[in-house]
Amino acid sequence: MTTTPTPRRPRGVRRAGDQVFRGLSTGASLLILLVLAGVAVFLTVEGIPGITADPQDVKSGESFLPFVAPLVFGTLLSALLALIISLPLSVGVALFISHYAPRRLGAALGYVIDLLAAVPSVVYGAWGIAVLAGWLAPAYAWLETHLGFIPLFAGPASATGRTIMTVGVVLALMILPIMTAICREIFLQTPRLHQEAALALGATRWEVARMAIFPYARSGIVSAAMLGLGRALGETMAVAMVLSASGVVTFNLISSTNPSTIAANIALSFGEASGLTVNALIASGLVLFVITFVVNFTARAIVDRRKDFSGAN
Amino acid sequence: MSTVVTPEPGTRPETSLADQLRGRSLPAGAARVVVGVALATAVLAYVVGASPVQAVLLAWVVTLALPVWSYAVEGRRKAVDRLVTVLVSSAFVLALFPLASILWTVISKGAPVLSAEFFTYSMRNVVGEGGGIYHALIGTLLITGAATVISVPIGLLTAIYLVEYGAGGRMARWIRFLVDVMTGIPSIVAGLFAYALFVLFFGEGVRMGIGGSVALSVLMVPVVVRSCEEMLKLVPNELREASYALGVPKWRTITKVVLPTSLAGIVTGITLAIARVIGETAPLLIIAGMTDSVNFNLFDGRMATLPVFAYTSIRNPGVPPEFALERAWGAALVLLIIVMLLNLAARLVSYFFSPKGER
Repeated sequence: MTTTPTPRRPRGVRRAGDQVFRGLSTGASLLILLVLAGVAVFLTVEGIPGITADPQDVKSGESFLPFVAPLVFGTLLSALLALIISLPLSVGVALFISHYAPRRLGAALGYVIDLLAAVPSVVYGAWGIAVLAGWLAPAYAWLETHLGFIPLFAGPASATGRTIMTVGVVLALMILPIMTAICREIFLQTPRLHQEAALALGATRWEVARMAIFPYARSGIVSAAMLGLGRALGETMAVAMVLSASGVVTFNLISSTNPSTIAANIALSFGEASGLTVNALIASGLVLFVITFVVNFTARAIVDRRKDFSGAN
Repeated sequence: MSTVVTPEPGTRPETSLADQLRGRSLPAGAARVVVGVALATAVLAYVVGASPVQAVLLAWVVTLALPVWSYAVEGRRKAVDRLVTVLVSSAFVLALFPLASILWTVISKGAPVLSAEFFTYSMRNVVGEGGGIYHALIGTLLITGAATVISVPIGLLTAIYLVEYGAGGRMARWIRFLVDVMTGIPSIVAGLFAYALFVLFFGEGVRMGIGGSVALSVLMVPVVVRSCEEMLKLVPNELREASYALGVPKWRTITKVVLPTSLAGIVTGITLAIARVIGETAPLLIIAGMTDSVNFNLFDGRMATLPVFAYTSIRNPGVPPEFALERAWGAALVLLIIVMLLNLAARLVSYFFSPKGER
């Protein structure tokens, strides 16, 4: 197999081994596309009976749209809360690691933040109930007393602290590592000459960040935020465990009646579900898949447009 | 470093030119002094009787004295710079705080539970005290193992396609893009996919360990592809060309030259991918379900796993609840240890076995 028997064809010699190997690797990558399509197809096939089901046949007793709408609302609300908390924090942490911390420490500090990503979601959920909710409950009482005139904090404040706001904080922690990693990567790619030019003009470190780093990194920060949003939308267990949900639609962030999310609702009710209820849950999963797919697709398209971006995860 | 100094009326003539040009600045150790004072205040407040949270908040407020001081001495621009430095550094500390709290909570609540019995007993016929995680440990190892067996060949071959065969082509670009999009599939959707797939063959209400492996593979394959791809790209082209020049076919070049060179990186990537999926709860809750007994058969019936065990113990602790909650923390600690060990192993492999100069 190591010599070519026909010197007349200098290139394009066909060997059985090459053909097989090429076929295998091409097949594997096509299989991945097939699986991605399969996720959409199977969820649709199993979900359609749930969408068209008679309200009497499903456990919620509602037709599909009124069933899924409050869940979509809760999903978006919790993910947005997480993003609002996490975005400034992760930009700050990334800036600290890339430009403020001593250079030799930077990589090590990055690992430490990555440890947050290694914590399983069930541990986040347990910690959220046992520790974080307890910390935040007094804060909610304070917010209700002093800022109760804002509808967001209308209360009555939850005594257990298991509110959509707590969920937002937990989700913010869970999406922090990926957002930090991407921001850090882009901050480090800012052309050195831009930064040194700014320094030479007498800019302070903050002015370098504001005038050289942020304009360069803007699209990267946007896509990092969207990837974080995608993670927060789909996160299941932490929400299912921490939230005391009652399926209402409300912007009240600190009360004990909270909107549920699609993923948490599936996790909580799938075990006991049967018949068309299962199909309705799968259909709600399809809705979640479409939402996260659109968010991730857009984010990746933004990242992809920057050819020089190497990807942080 | 403001270079323009507004001449003050009281400037004495003997000020040197350098001083006039330099502008006024805080003494060199100012930041350290302020941070030191802040920490001392926090310790003092804690000793006097403030709660830890109050003490930390107080320290943070004291640190804000630095930008104020700077504003008085150095002017607005430098004060803003120092303020941002304080904010950025405290963002980092703020992010570490929950990590420390999570580790502390899990270790302090989980460690007392760990015992020989905890690792070697299942929950079969156990009510209240006693029992263990043997069945869940077996389930986690089997399901994750099967997921690895499914994902690694697919992921590695796809990475080979992306780097060696399809490089730069339109199809490779699309596959890479969609694999990236796939990394964002919510884990519960992967679970539903596996359920919807298995329902077609086994009928409604199917629960099966292998279904969990399929669901985890959906989450694992994209991670494996991306990390393997990065590693294959690092293999210098000179090695491939040297091999071709010796007349070695492409597939032999890949299996004998490219893969061995990047082996350390590939192992690292796979280990990290395992660490990522071993803690997944939602898909296993959907398709693998939960049981109290040991089940060694991936293709038959419900299978307990560590994350689902921890979840159900917290969700339905039974009466009295404290024993189930203790076991849940124990299971969470074991899970955390496994994940951290996998992460550590991955870093060690890449540190000790990667080609020198590419660490």
